[in-house]
Amino acid sequence: MEKLLQMKGITKRFGDITANDRIDFELNKGEIHGLLGENGAGKTTLMNILYGLYTPDEGEIYINGAKVEIKSPHDAIKLGISMVHQNFKLIQSHTVIENVALGLKDTNFFYPNRQIEKEIRTFSEKYNFKIDPNVPVWQLSAGEKQRVEIIKAFCRKARIFILDEPTTMLTPNETRDLFRLLKFLREEGISVILITHKLDEVMNICDRVTVLRGGKKVGTIDIDRVDKDDLARMMFGQDIILKEREEYSISFDEDIVLEVRDLTVFSDKGLPAVKDISFDIHRGEILGIAGVSGNGQRELIEAITGLRKVARGSIKILGEDVTNVGTKEILNKGVAHIPEERMRVGVIPSMSLEENIILRSYDKSPFSNGILLDYSVISEYAKELISRYKISALDEKIPAGTLSGGNIQKLILARELSISPVLIIASHPTQGLDIRSTQQIHELLLRKKEEGCAILLVSEDLQELMDLSDRIAVMFNGTIRGIIDIDRASIEEIGSLMVGV
Amino acid sequence: MNFIIEILKATIPAGTPLLLGALGEIYVERSGILNLGVEGMMIMGAISAFGITTMTSNVWLGILTSAVVGGGMALVHAFNSITLKTNQTLSGLALTMLGLGLSGLIGKKYVGVPLPNKLHNFPIYGLKNIPFIGPILFDQDPLVYVSYALTFIFWFFLFNTRFGIELRSVGESPEVADSAGIDVSKIQYLAVFIGGVMAGLGGAYLSVVYAPAWIEGMTAGMGWIVLAITIFSLWRPERAIFGSYLFGGIRVLQYKLQPFGISPNLLNMLPFIFTILVLMLAAKEISRKRISAPSSLGIPYFREKLL
Ligand SMILES: Nc1ncnc2c1ncn2[C@@H]1O[C@H](COP(=O)(O)OP(=O)(O)OP(=O)(O)O)[C@@H](O)[C@H]1O
Ligand SMILES: [Mg+2]
Repeated sequence: MEKLLQMKGITKRFGDITANDRIDFELNKGEIHGLLGENGAGKTTLMNILYGLYTPDEGEIYINGAKVEIKSPHDAIKLGISMVHQNFKLIQSHTVIENVALGLKDTNFFYPNRQIEKEIRTFSEKYNFKIDPNVPVWQLSAGEKQRVEIIKAFCRKARIFILDEPTTMLTPNETRDLFRLLKFLREEGISVILITHKLDEVMNICDRVTVLRGGKKVGTIDIDRVDKDDLARMMFGQDIILKEREEYSISFDEDIVLEVRDLTVFSDKGLPAVKDISFDIHRGEILGIAGVSGNGQRELIEAITGLRKVARGSIKILGEDVTNVGTKEILNKGVAHIPEERMRVGVIPSMSLEENIILRSYDKSPFSNGILLDYSVISEYAKELISRYKISALDEKIPAGTLSGGNIQKLILARELSISPVLIIASHPTQGLDIRSTQQIHELLLRKKEEGCAILLVSEDLQELMDLSDRIAVMFNGTIRGIIDIDRASIEEIGSLMVGV
Repeated sequence: MNFIIEILKATIPAGTPLLLGALGEIYVERSGILNLGVEGMMIMGAISAFGITTMTSNVWLGILTSAVVGGGMALVHAFNSITLKTNQTLSGLALTMLGLGLSGLIGKKYVGVPLPNKLHNFPIYGLKNIPFIGPILFDQDPLVYVSYALTFIFWFFLFNTRFGIELRSVGESPEVADSAGIDVSKIQYLAVFIGGVMAGLGGAYLSVVYAPAWIEGMTAGMGWIVLAITIFSLWRPERAIFGSYLFGGIRVLQYKLQPFGISPNLLNMLPFIFTILVLMLAAKEISRKRISAPSSLGIPYFREKLL
């Protein structure tokens, strides 16, 4: 095997945190190399160093045996490296085309858009990545943005593709198409580094894996020589029991918590995105919403949480009409909201963890006496949540934006679930979480269900929906294509309803 | 009818310095940098063009000098805000103060001096005979025609070239542009420099074409109106035309209304009253169309910031 890339003794510190501690990493030509590790293990940091976004404090990088200096993404791109970022690097006000065109140096200087539009269309047809190239990115749902992020990376010619959690919001079909592309690239001798928390994906597609833990490398190993349990053990340093749902049965009360009737909501483009939808969620029920992202899920959730105007129809929470009454009032009814875009809607990246934690309750005692904030109480409370939710952070004063992706997700969950909600609206609640945290969150949601919470769970991950839901509603093109009881549901059936057949 | 044509015809030269300045500032702000030094760069452009023209009797050499002087001043601002990442507001204000003071000093000996040579009107054969708009648009001096061409060029480059995408991306999110391999500082330096050149040209137009004379502080707040036009045009070069000629028209009205006994103090307030109105209008349109200032306007970019 030909060694394409070697990273030797890479160390990166952020203040007191050592995110990467003397890591050696090797990549062969034409291999798909998994990079694994729990949340905060240092995967993104290592790849950001390879991509020139961070300069390492120590260590060297070799490509084809020659030492290279990667001082900026510009250098990395010149060396043939392309990256799909975990936190999408897209310009919201620009169209999909303009986002893809940015940084493609070999396009025409004049009218680059025309050429790029063609490329996007060919790509999305060939690999089933549906996207309208002329739409500004801010109008897209998170899943669609993920597709754009992927298209952007693959429109660039490269010999090393870094994919940092590319599948968190893709449907199983989309993931399969992406993997088909990766296998094709492998045949061509192109190398891929794949970061993911989904061990099935790793077993399915990777040739080798490297595991990091606490900023250090645990080892690199051929995939043929391990199974999922081995990988989990390497990642966490202890055995993780991969639990499965025991019985697929429905259990909830009669009382209705959320009642949605004939709901119609418009998208940012001014077209109906949710069309005459009606459903109920009961006390202690988890209603899963399946669907390819961009079929109205985002608009539905924004309408329920008051972030988007309801055009027609009504929404009732515990019998009270909350149609178009405003977000704060709705949330104060005891609604927890875990949004799909954590960096944009979930946290304020530049504010500290403790401030983010009290975002929903800063104006209430004991955090505030009406005029002043009591920071000693706030920081005690933040400390407690940080340890209860196992958020790995130096302390509660650091800016939320410096946390690893998975830890930001935990921060949002901590804030939202600690308000003792009656209704939880969760979009991809476990996106980017490692398997251990995912299990914790699943247990937590199930406990909330036991306590009588009604939960609306939107996810592209059908397995997650199957594991948690009592009933699953499939959304397609703004309508609900039937609500299926879990004891009669199958992934195949849901999968085909999702694409409208 | 003739009266209207006369007013509109006078409006264009009155609006041209604003148009030149606004085109430049639009590029500057599109790159995410705020340069409040427009007034200072304009007045330095005015005095340098006037000085060189007086010395060499060559108007075009004077105009060229103003571009170099404006661009040079802008580079100081670029160095402060891009390389040193200092506060852009302060650095821009300093540039304005510096320009106003320095131009007064240099200009002492030019006060009351007549310009040896000026740009003459250059009616465009054929086009000037188009009824109504012909005499308004095509019986002007050459620099006005240059400003028409520049408006088109600025618009075309911003929306139809790779450079345009890069420039807009840098101003929206330097972080995203950087990770796409764009040299953020290079683009910003270039944009700020272009802004300076255009402000310099705007100043030159005032002193060697429009007035033509040197009067201390002759820009009289035009640099600030340029900033308002930049916002009013929603950072689009083609819209800067309307803003600039609107203010040009107000200036013309100021002169035309004086004989009717309206207080000159009131008339002097007109442009600024309109500035406020125009900004209110822009605000409404901005919220309706969900347009906003370039998202990273005025925020320095650090690659590895600890947030
Ligand atoms: N810009 C930054 N400033 C300060 N600390 C940072 C920064 N980026 C990362 N860190 C810290 O470095 C550690 C590693 O983070 P990294 O993002 O590499 O983790 P990860 O393995 O990608 O985790 P995840 O699976 O959650 O995405 C974390 O403790 C994180 O808080
Ligand atoms: Mg990460």
